[in-house]
Amino acid sequence: MRLDAKIPSGPLAEKWSRHRNHIKLINPANKRKFDVIVVGSGLAGGSAAATLSELGYKVKCFCFQDSPRRAHSIAAQGGINAAKNYQNDGDSVYRLFYDTIKGGDFRAREANVYRLAEVSVNIIDQCVAQGVPFAREYSGYLANRSFGGAQVSRTFYARGQTGQQLLLGAYQALAKQIEAGGVKMYPRAEMLDLVMIDGNAKGIVVRDLVTGEISSHAADAVVLATGGYGNVFFLSTNAKGCNVTAIWRAYKRGALLANPCYTQIHPTCIPVSGDHQSKLTLMSESLRNDGRVWVPGNKGDHRAPGEIPKEERDYFLERKYPAYGNLAPRDISSRAAKEVCDEGRGVGPGGRGVYLDFADAIERLGLNMIRERYGNLFEMYERITGEDAYKAPMRIYPASHYTMGGLWVDYNLMSNVPGLYVIGEANFSDHGANRLGASALMQGLADGYFILPYTIGDYFATERPAKPSLDHPEFKKVEEEIARRTNKFLSIKGHRTVTEFHRELGKLMWDKCGMARNEAGLKEALERIPALRQEFWEDVNVLGDGNELNQSLEYAGRVADFMEFAELLVLDALTRDESCGAHFREEHQTPDGEAMRDDENFSYVAAWEYQGLDTRPILHKEPLVYEEVHLAQRSYK
Amino acid sequence: MNLTLRIWRQNNSDTPGQFVDYKADDISPDMSFLEMLDIVNEGLIKRGEEPIAFDHDCREGICGTCGMVINGTAHGPLGATTTCQLHMRHFRDGQSITIEPWRARPFPVIKDLVVDRSAFDRVIQAGGYISVRTGGTPDGNAIPIPKPDADLSMDAAACIGCGACVAACKNASAMLFVAAKASHLNILPQGKPEKDRRVLNMVRAMDEEGFGNCTVMGSCEAVCPKEISLDFISRMNRDYLKALWRNR
Repeated sequence: MRLDAKIPSGPLAEKWSRHRNHIKLINPANKRKFDVIVVGSGLAGGSAAATLSELGYKVKCFCFQDSPRRAHSIAAQGGINAAKNYQNDGDSVYRLFYDTIKGGDFRAREANVYRLAEVSVNIIDQCVAQGVPFAREYSGYLANRSFGGAQVSRTFYARGQTGQQLLLGAYQALAKQIEAGGVKMYPRAEMLDLVMIDGNAKGIVVRDLVTGEISSHAADAVVLATGGYGNVFFLSTNAKGCNVTAIWRAYKRGALLANPCYTQIHPTCIPVSGDHQSKLTLMSESLRNDGRVWVPGNKGDHRAPGEIPKEERDYFLERKYPAYGNLAPRDISSRAAKEVCDEGRGVGPGGRGVYLDFADAIERLGLNMIRERYGNLFEMYERITGEDAYKAPMRIYPASHYTMGGLWVDYNLMSNVPGLYVIGEANFSDHGANRLGASALMQGLADGYFILPYTIGDYFATERPAKPSLDHPEFKKVEEEIARRTNKFLSIKGHRTVTEFHRELGKLMWDKCGMARNEAGLKEALERIPALRQEFWEDVNVLGDGNELNQSLEYAGRVADFMEFAELLVLDALTRDESCGAHFREEHQTPDGEAMRDDENFSYVAAWEYQGLDTRPILHKEPLVYEEVHLAQRSYK
Repeated sequence: MNLTLRIWRQNNSDTPGQFVDYKADDISPDMSFLEMLDIVNEGLIKRGEEPIAFDHDCREGICGTCGMVINGTAHGPLGATTTCQLHMRHFRDGQSITIEPWRARPFPVIKDLVVDRSAFDRVIQAGGYISVRTGGTPDGNAIPIPKPDADLSMDAAACIGCGACVAACKNASAMLFVAAKASHLNILPQGKPEKDRRVLNMVRAMDEEGFGNCTVMGSCEAVCPKEISLDFISRMNRDYLKALWRNR
């Protein structure tokens, strides 16, 4: 298989406009003849479904939640980047592009990232027009804040609920199209498989989560906007329902899965409080604008934070990265926190935590200003921990948060499977080995509003795909496979719950393939995952029936897929014998503990091709060619 | 802590439900309410009993998926807090806790504590948006919006659509939900062109779904996890009257 990223020729800054000028169009009257399935209703899926429908395509949109308004994009707090340069601080499309490439540790595709930076400005305009209530200055103009990995102020925000407001904007655009009859919405419906006919994506099979009914849906193209796989670690900041199933099923049908080992650990989450912990809660990175991160300078210092004098504290981010200080990128900040905790200087129960202290900011700006900027985050912290962060510093610790890997896509966001598009967090394309803060929202909306709606038309116009039909035997076959799998889950009647298996898998992944990885640990994980998977299929206990709302059954299906996917993630981490961005191999670090890339051997996208569960997948390499930027060691010092 | 739970169990909307008592032992005060239910469910599965179905997703108070009536109060005893953000330190050892689904005719029970809130989506579809298409929009700074207006609009837009307001209302009125969305958009200059149409259509859709009328008791505001103000209902009533007058 030859991987063709289909990157347009010409200078970097002109690629996207030239591409748009040359791709084929579909006559408005003909667009209604094309059916498009969009799976997922977050920022990427919601914006894509709405926009495709506005253009005239017939759209079906599916989400497992009870309403499209609940997709996990809603939980993003801090903001969305755009190269508007409203602050007159020297920002530009090029700088946003360069920061993103550098933040991703030079493991992202240059042309995609440049396009992302280019369309970022349109996103803000679009969202303002939709009525997204972004924060404003007294002048009435839009306000900005700074975020990690950038030295300009380019992040737009709506209090600490930016994701919510952007998602509601996309949801409302979608609601408008549902009302207009252009989109048929299927809430509480989970995609369980992709249907391929003659090598093309032609539909999906879904389970109605209320009635248990399995049904097939045919289309001219299938768009997956199903988010990330962070829940492979069990404890993560993802919503409980987030899962890998849609992209894993597509992978098993022939789509390539790229860079699964790039998993981001977010530095500012509320630490684990006990064995009962069901998920972790993120405190927005924007807090690092005003909060200072520190631990006691000495091991075993158990004094209350207020009793430790300034000179006995170690503001380790400011010490190690004076240029970026507390705003060092996520991967670097997370590892720095792990390092001081490993040294025994961590705080709170179990010593797995560092302080995020607002005392200086409160003194400088006043309590009201801090309350205005972060009030809802401080309230959330108090609800969860019972502590008042205006009086004592917050305790934070890194947690699994975002996954940069995903299905491989070309410049048009189409996977190697004709007719299968992948957008948002579900694809691999824009963040390289590490995503910068406030860039996930940007990518989701860029893909859904401004990129896919152009590129999908070119596919229809040039390929003229054969009309799909539900009569094709492949649909029946896939439905039957799913029914068999459902019956299998319900008939095992073992001794352990789905949650117990998920916890065990998650702990293994976090210990062996989390913030830091090494060869021995990864090899051990590769041995243990298949054994755990086998035990799962022999001893899991799923009660109830397949013909009703059955949350254990839904969960069992998702965990079964994580059990398979985890192995690929570890294999990718083992194969990538270098450190880059969030992928930190202990064997490869600079003398002062920074990630050491190996550009000569690993400057490629690792795209894996499924060969059966017990056979090693084939690794395809897409070389990363940099025309514009010069590869350098990432320095935030 | 050890607790006694009285939980509503119901197989589906066609069969009647009933309260069933369960014990929840060795509960840590640091657990969230949903983590406490997770533990009860793990115990039920071990005993071969079907776990209690409840809706939840983000577990950080923003997606609006979770919601149950806890000891008679939607989302439980702590103000401005969703069920997932309620922690067990707010309960006493030995306490009995009654847990019910949202009870309102427009929200039929699907199973146990899970209800169907799709009526909210249909109300939004009737007009809870600005009819802008993708593309061709002016620069974000082209329309300055006074900060107090933007802030007020954001106060309304903070609604998470959980449905607690309906569950708390003796009339099962959705006025707070509808007023929050209508106000969010009507306050902004971008929302002005459709102001009348929006409020007329949304109120009509709300009535068609079977939500009751507002008698201004304020139970909705009291339980709202995002503290959406009752003032937005007055604002919507004003917008509604003006729209009726202008479109008479």
